[in-house]
Amino acid sequence: MFQIRVHGRGGQGVVTAAEMLSIAAFEEGRHAQAFPSFGSERTGAPVVAFCRISDREIRSREPIVEADAVIIQDPTLLHQVPVFAGLKPDGYVLINSQHKIGELGIDEFAASRRVERFCSLPATELGVRHIGRPIPNMPLLAGFAALSGVIRLESVISAINSRFKGQVASGNISAAEEAYRLVKEASC
Amino acid sequence: MGFQTIKFYQTGTYTVGNRLLLPDQRSVQAGESRSNSINSGHRACQGCGEALGARYAIDAAMAESDNRLIAVNATGCLEVFSTPYPESSWQVPWIHSVFGNAPAVATGIAAAMKVKGKKDVRVVAQGGDGGTTDIGFGCLSGMFERNDDVLYICYDNEAYMNTGVQRSSATPPAARTATTMPVGPEPGNPFGQGKNLPEIAMAHGIPYVATATVADLRDLEYKVKKAMKMHGARYIHLFVPCPLGWGTASSDTIRIARLAKESGLFPVFEAEHGEITGVLKIRRKVGVEEYLMPQKRFAHLFGSHSHPEMVIRIQEIADRNIRKYGLLDEEAA
Amino acid sequence: MLKQIEGSKAVAEAVSLCRPEVICAYPISPQTHIVEALGEMVKSGRLAPCEYINVESEFAAMSVSIGASAAGARAYTATASQGLLFMTEAVYNASGLGLPIVMTVANRAIGAPINIWNDHSDSLSQRDSGWMQLFAENNQEAVDLHIQAFRLAEELSMPIMVCMDGYILTHAFERVDIPVQEQVDAYLPSFEPRQVLDPSEPISIGAMVGPEAFMEVKYLAHAKQLQAIERIPQLASEFRNIFGRDSGGLVRTYRADDAETMVVAMGSVIGTIKDTVDEMRDEGHRIGVLTIVSYRPFPLEQVRGALLHCRRFLVLEKSLAVGMGGILATDVRMAVTGAGLKGYTAIAGLGGRPIFKSQLHQLFRQAEKDELPPVTFLDLDRDAVNRQLERERQTRRSGPVAENMLHDKGIVSAKFG
Repeated sequence: MFQIRVHGRGGQGVVTAAEMLSIAAFEEGRHAQAFPSFGSERTGAPVVAFCRISDREIRSREPIVEADAVIIQDPTLLHQVPVFAGLKPDGYVLINSQHKIGELGIDEFAASRRVERFCSLPATELGVRHIGRPIPNMPLLAGFAALSGVIRLESVISAINSRFKGQVASGNISAAEEAYRLVKEASC
Repeated sequence: MGFQTIKFYQTGTYTVGNRLLLPDQRSVQAGESRSNSINSGHRACQGCGEALGARYAIDAAMAESDNRLIAVNATGCLEVFSTPYPESSWQVPWIHSVFGNAPAVATGIAAAMKVKGKKDVRVVAQGGDGGTTDIGFGCLSGMFERNDDVLYICYDNEAYMNTGVQRSSATPPAARTATTMPVGPEPGNPFGQGKNLPEIAMAHGIPYVATATVADLRDLEYKVKKAMKMHGARYIHLFVPCPLGWGTASSDTIRIARLAKESGLFPVFEAEHGEITGVLKIRRKVGVEEYLMPQKRFAHLFGSHSHPEMVIRIQEIADRNIRKYGLLDEEAA
Repeated sequence: MLKQIEGSKAVAEAVSLCRPEVICAYPISPQTHIVEALGEMVKSGRLAPCEYINVESEFAAMSVSIGASAAGARAYTATASQGLLFMTEAVYNASGLGLPIVMTVANRAIGAPINIWNDHSDSLSQRDSGWMQLFAENNQEAVDLHIQAFRLAEELSMPIMVCMDGYILTHAFERVDIPVQEQVDAYLPSFEPRQVLDPSEPISIGAMVGPEAFMEVKYLAHAKQLQAIERIPQLASEFRNIFGRDSGGLVRTYRADDAETMVVAMGSVIGTIKDTVDEMRDEGHRIGVLTIVSYRPFPLEQVRGALLHCRRFLVLEKSLAVGMGGILATDVRMAVTGAGLKGYTAIAGLGGRPIFKSQLHQLFRQAEKDELPPVTFLDLDRDAVNRQLERERQTRRSGPVAENMLHDKGIVSAKFG
C-alpha cells in the first residue's frame, strides 16, 4: 500500500488532487481511497487530503500517519504545519515552488532523507500559463507520477479527462505534460 | 371585484335566502350534491365556528375540484373533534401528521400528485391559529415561498383552544386566556404583539390570500371556490368564534363573527399576488364595545373594575383597520 | 459498473436507480453532496418522473416525505446530526403512520459543542423511533443497502435509515460497483402502498388512538421489526443472486473461528478493525470481528450466536450513553445475557476523533489480557478533563467548557490527524 498526503490551502484544489490521484490509480486497475481532512475550513486555511493506493481492497479508514509521499501545494505551509510528520525515511516529497529544494529552508530535514526523492515544481506558474488560473494540483499530480513512478502520466491525463471538459481539460493536460517533463529532466 | 352580485339585507340576520336565488346562484351547502366532507356525528362543541367554517370551506373546495380533494390537518380542535379512530367525520381522504407540519405534508401530497400525473387531484391543508401562526409558521412560509400547489385554510379562533385556551400569536390585545389572565394593571393579552398572517402571506407574493368570517358563509364559499380555480400557494384566513374559549353563547357564533367584521377589528378582504383586490365593506358600523361586551374573555374591560383606556386602544385598532383597508363606504358611515 | 467515485455521489446514483418519486433536500453537512447530486439528476431530467423539493428545514423534509409517501409516492430524504434531531417529531410520526420512507443518515456528532465530524450519536438517538437502521461498512455497502432498504421498507410499510459515516464514507473516493437499472428493477418492484390518500377511496390517516388500541399499534411496529429480522437475510441473499455480491444482512463475522476475543462494531471503523485483526492474527492472536449491520432491528439471537463461542467481547462504539456507558454495548450485553462472557466497552471516535490502528492494537491486547475496565474511552485526555474539573472546583464562573478544554490541550485549531 502506498500512502500519500496532499497539503495545501482551501481553494487550491487539495481535495480534488487526492480524488484525482485515486481516479488515476483506479484507471490502472488498482484500488484507491481518497478522503479529505473533514474540516470546515474556508478559502486559505491549511487543508490536507489523503490518498491510498493498493493492489488489494483498502479497508482502513485511519488518517494517513505514515506517508510514503507528501505533496505540498503551498510552500508557505512548510514552516506552519507539520507537513513531513510521519513521512517514511525513503518517502517522496514534491513541493510546489519556483525555488529549488535547497532554497526552501528544509535542508536539515532533507539531510537525513533520500534527497533524490525530493523535488520542487513551479506548478502554480504552470497552472497560470496553461489553464489561466493559479491552480497547481494537476501539474503536481503529473510531477508526482514522474517523481515516484507510482502512477503513470497517461492515468493522470485520463483522470483529467474524466473530470474536466474542453479548455479546462486541455489546459490541465498540457500543464500536466510539461510538469511531468520538468520533473523527469530536473536534477531537483 | 367579484363579490355577491345580489345584495339582500334582511333585518336581524343578514342571511341571504337561498330560496330566493336562482339554482346556479345558490350556495354549495344548499345544493343536494354537497359532499358533506365533514359528516355529522363529530364532537365539536355547540356553536363551534371552526366546525361550521370547515364544513363550508371543504365542501366548497370539493365542489370546485369535482370531489377530487385530499385534506391535511394540523393537530388541533378540528383534528380531535372530527376523529378519533375508528370514527372519522371526514368523507375526503384526510391525513393528520403532527402539529406544526400540515403545510409541508400538503406539499408532499401535491408533489406526489404531480409526479403521478394526477393533475385533477387538489390539496387543502388546514389548521387552527396556533398551528398556523405559531408552530406551523416555518412550514407555512416555506410552502408559500415555493408556491406549492396547496390551499391553506387557517381557522382562527384566536387561541389554543384544544389545549384549554392558551394565548397564540393570533390572540387579540386584552383577551383573557389561560396564559394571559385578567390580572394586574394591564389585564389580558398585551397590546403591541401578535402577527398579521394574511399580510405576511401577501408579502410572499402568492397568487391568492383572503380573509373571511363564518358570518358571511356565501363570501367564504366564493373565496374558497375562487382559490380552488387557481394554482400555487393560496391562503384563506377564516375567523371562527369559539364559544368555549371566548365565553360566548353557542347561539351567538355568527353574530360575534359579524360584529368582528362590522367593528373593523377583523378586516375581510382578498388579495392577489400581494395586492388587495377586494374588501368586504362594513355595512353597519359598530363600536368595538358591541363586539367585546358579549365575550367573557373581555369581561375585565367592563363592569366594576373596568378598563375604558384599553377599550379605547382596541377602538383605535379597529379605526386603523378601517382606514387602512378602506372598510367603510360613506353611506355606512 | 465499477467507478472511482465519492461515497455521496455513489449513494445518489443508487437512490436514483431506485426511482424515487419525491426527494426532499435540506442542506446539512455531511449529507449535502447526496441531495445535491440528486437535484442535478432531477433538474437535468435524468431522474424522471421525480419531484425535488428544496424545503425550509429538516422538519419540513420529513413532513413533505410523510405527505408524499401517504399519497403513494416513493419518498427519500437525507440528513445528519442536528438535522435529524430537528425532524425528530416527524421521524416518529413517519414510523407511527407506517410510511416506508428511506432516509440516508450521514452519521455526525450532536452539539453542543457544535461539531460536524463523524460519530453515531445522531441515528442512535433515534434508536426507539420505530425506524429500522442499517449501517454501511464502506461505500459499496452504502450503495447496496439503499437498494435493499427501499425493498424492505415497502414490504413492511416501515421507514428505514441507511446510516453511513459522515465524511469518512460520504466524502471518500473509492471503488464502487454501481448497479445497472435492470438489476435494480429486477430487485425492487414498484411501490404498492398499504394505505393511500386517494379521492376515489377516501380514508383517514393519522387520527387519534386511545388507550384501548395504542399498545397494539405500537406492538405492531415491534412485530414488523421482528419480521425484518427474518427478511433482512433473505433480502441480502436475493440481492446476491441479482447483483453478485454479499451486502447487508443482519450481522457479519470476520476471522471469528476459534476467536477467543471478539470485537463488535458498526460502520466504517470495521475496516480499520479488520486490518488490525489481520495483523494480530499474523502474530497468532485469536481475535475476530462481529459487524452489526442491522442496528434496528437488533438481531439478538444472531449476535448471541456469533459471540457464544468466544471468551470475551469488546464493543467499540462511536456513541456514548452519558451517565451510563455504551449504547450499542448495552444491546450486545443483552444478547449474551447469562452466557458468562467477559464484556468490555470502548467509546471511541466521538466527534470525529480519528481511530488509529496503533490504538486498536493496544486496546485489543489489553482486552485479551482482561486488563480493561468495563467501560473505557479511547484516546481520552484525562488530564484535560481533570484540569477542567479542578477549575470548576476553584472558580464559580469557570467559563465555557469547550474553550477551556482546547486551551488546556494547547490546540489552536482542528488538527489534520
